[in-house]
Amino acid sequence: MLLIYSSPATWEALSQQQRDDMMTEHSTLYRELVESGEWVGGNPLADPSLAVGVRVRNGATVATDGPYAEVKEHLAGYDVVDCDSFERAVQIAARIPDAAICGVEVRPILDLSGMEM
Amino acid sequence: MSLPALGDLLRELAPRVLGAVLRRYGDFDSSEDAVQEAMLAAATQWRRDGIPDNPHGWLVTVATRRLTDQWRSESARHRRESSVAAMQPPDQPAGPDGTDPDRDDTLELLFLCCHPALSGPSQMALTLRAVAGLSTAQIAGAFLVPEATMTRRITRAKRAIEAAGAQFGPLTGQNRAERLDTVLHTLYLIFNEGYTSSGGTTLYHADLTGEAIRLTRQARRLLPGDGEVAGLLALMLLTESRRAARTTESGALVPLVEQDRRLWEPDLIAEGTELITEALPRSLIGPYQLQAAIAAVHAEATRPEETDWPQIVALYGLLQRHAPSPMVTLSQAVAVAMVDGPRAGLALIEPLAQDSRLATHHRLPAVRAHLLELAGDSDAARAAYLVAARQTVSQPEQHYLRSRADRLRPNTPALDRREGGSRDIQRP
Repeated sequence: MLLIYSSPATWEALSQQQRDDMMTEHSTLYRELVESGEWVGGNPLADPSLAVGVRVRNGATVATDGPYAEVKEHLAGYDVVDCDSFERAVQIAARIPDAAICGVEVRPILDLSGMEM
Repeated sequence: MSLPALGDLLRELAPRVLGAVLRRYGDFDSSEDAVQEAMLAAATQWRRDGIPDNPHGWLVTVATRRLTDQWRSESARHRRESSVAAMQPPDQPAGPDGTDPDRDDTLELLFLCCHPALSGPSQMALTLRAVAGLSTAQIAGAFLVPEATMTRRITRAKRAIEAAGAQFGPLTGQNRAERLDTVLHTLYLIFNEGYTSSGGTTLYHADLTGEAIRLTRQARRLLPGDGEVAGLLALMLLTESRRAARTTESGALVPLVEQDRRLWEPDLIAEGTELITEALPRSLIGPYQLQAAIAAVHAEATRPEETDWPQIVALYGLLQRHAPSPMVTLSQAVAVAMVDGPRAGLALIEPLAQDSRLATHHRLPAVRAHLLELAGDSDAARAAYLVAARQTVSQPEQHYLRSRADRLRPNTPALDRREGGSRDIQRP
C-alpha cells in the first residue's frame, strides 16, 4: 500500500500550473499501473477538516469532529498495488508526484495466507 | 447433468479444445478468448438442452465460429479482405486433427503458458485460464485482485508470449527439460497459493489446490515415467491430506506436531505414499520426490512421538545436496534438533544470520525461537518469536508467532487489550 502524505503549507505554495501538472502526472501513472495489471485500488481522501475521529471507551462511542490541531502532514490518499517486488513498489511510490513535495510511505499489506509451521 | 459435473466436464475439455483450435489457427491470444467464449456458451446451452453427442467437436466448432466472426468484423474495419480469404471458411467441418478428441495437447499448452518471458504470477494466471479453464473472475478471486486487474495481466501475458515468438507445439531436448521444471514449479506455486490461504476467505477462492492436483494428474498421465511429476503429485496429495488439521476453526495455524492426526485424510495419504514409494527406486531422484518422501514419513506416524526423525534428517541431507537453499537448512535444523538436540539445530542455522537472502525473512527468527524454546532459553526464544512476528507479512503467522511468545511470558500478568489479541487463538 502506498500512503500518500500531503502538507497544506507546501501544497498551497504551489502555483495553479504546478498543481495541474501534478494531477496530470498522477493520472499518467495511474493509467500505466492499470495497463500493467499492477493497480488494485486506491482513492484520494477529502480534506482532514471533514474527518471524524471515533473512539470507544467503556462501551461508549465518542466521536470527535475536525478540524484537528494544526498538523504538518496528513494522509491525502492511498494506492494499493500488487507488484513483483518491494523494490518495484518503492519505484512506483517515487513516481507519485507528492513524493517530491511531501512524502509517500510504502507498507506491505498483511497476507491472509500462512505457511504451515 | 448437475452444475458441478458440467463445470468439471467443460474444464476437462478446455485444454484439448484450445489445442485443436490453436493447431488450426496458431493465434494464441484470440484462440484462447474464443475457447473461453465457447465454454460460456456451452455452460448455458448444455444445461438447457443436454450434453451434445460430441462435446469436443461442438466446442471446437463454436470457438472457430467466434474466431472467424471476429476476423470478419476486423477485416471489414481494416478492409483486409485478402487475409480473410486465405483463412478457412467458418462452417467447414474441422479436419481430422481438428476434432480428434483423443489428441491431448495439455502438455504443450502447459509449456506455452509457462514461457520464460512471463513472470511467475503471470504463468500461474495463464495456466489457470488456458489449461485449467477457470474464468478470469475466478482467478482474480483466488489472487484477491479486481477482475479488471486480472484481465489486463492475462492479456499482457498472452501478448508477451506472442512477442517472444513462441510457437505452439512440442519442445525437444534441454529446452523441454527446463520448461518442464518451470511447469512443475508453477503447479507447485498454484497448489501453495490455495493451501496457505486461510479458512476465512475460502468462500471466495476457486479451489486452487484441487486445480493444481487435477493439472498435475493430467501431466502424470502424459508423462507416466517421470519421477519428479510423480513426486510433485505425491507431495500435493500428502500435504493436502493435512488440510483440515492445519488451522483451527478461527483460521489460526496449528503446527505439524500439534495437529489432530485423526483429521488427516487416509485416502490421500495412501495414494501419495504409494506414488512416492513406487517412484523413488525407479527414477532419477529430485527435490519433489524428496519432499514427498519427507511428507510420507510424517504421514505414517499416527502420533508425533512415533515420527522417524533420523529418516527425515537423512532425507533433508539429500534434499540439501540436490536443491540447496537456506529454507531447506531451516527445516533440516528442526529435524536435526529432534535427533541430536536443539543446540545441534541452532548450530546448523548459525551461519544463516549472514545470508543476505534471509536478512529480514521471518522464517529464520521463527525457527531460532522454536529451537531456543526447546533448549529451555525462554527469554531469548520469546524475543526471537517477537522479531519473527514483526517481520512476517502473513496475518495468521503473526498471530501464531505472538501466541508462542505469549506462552513464554515470565509470569503472565493480566493482558491489556492491545496485546491480548492473540490469546483467544491459543490452543489448550
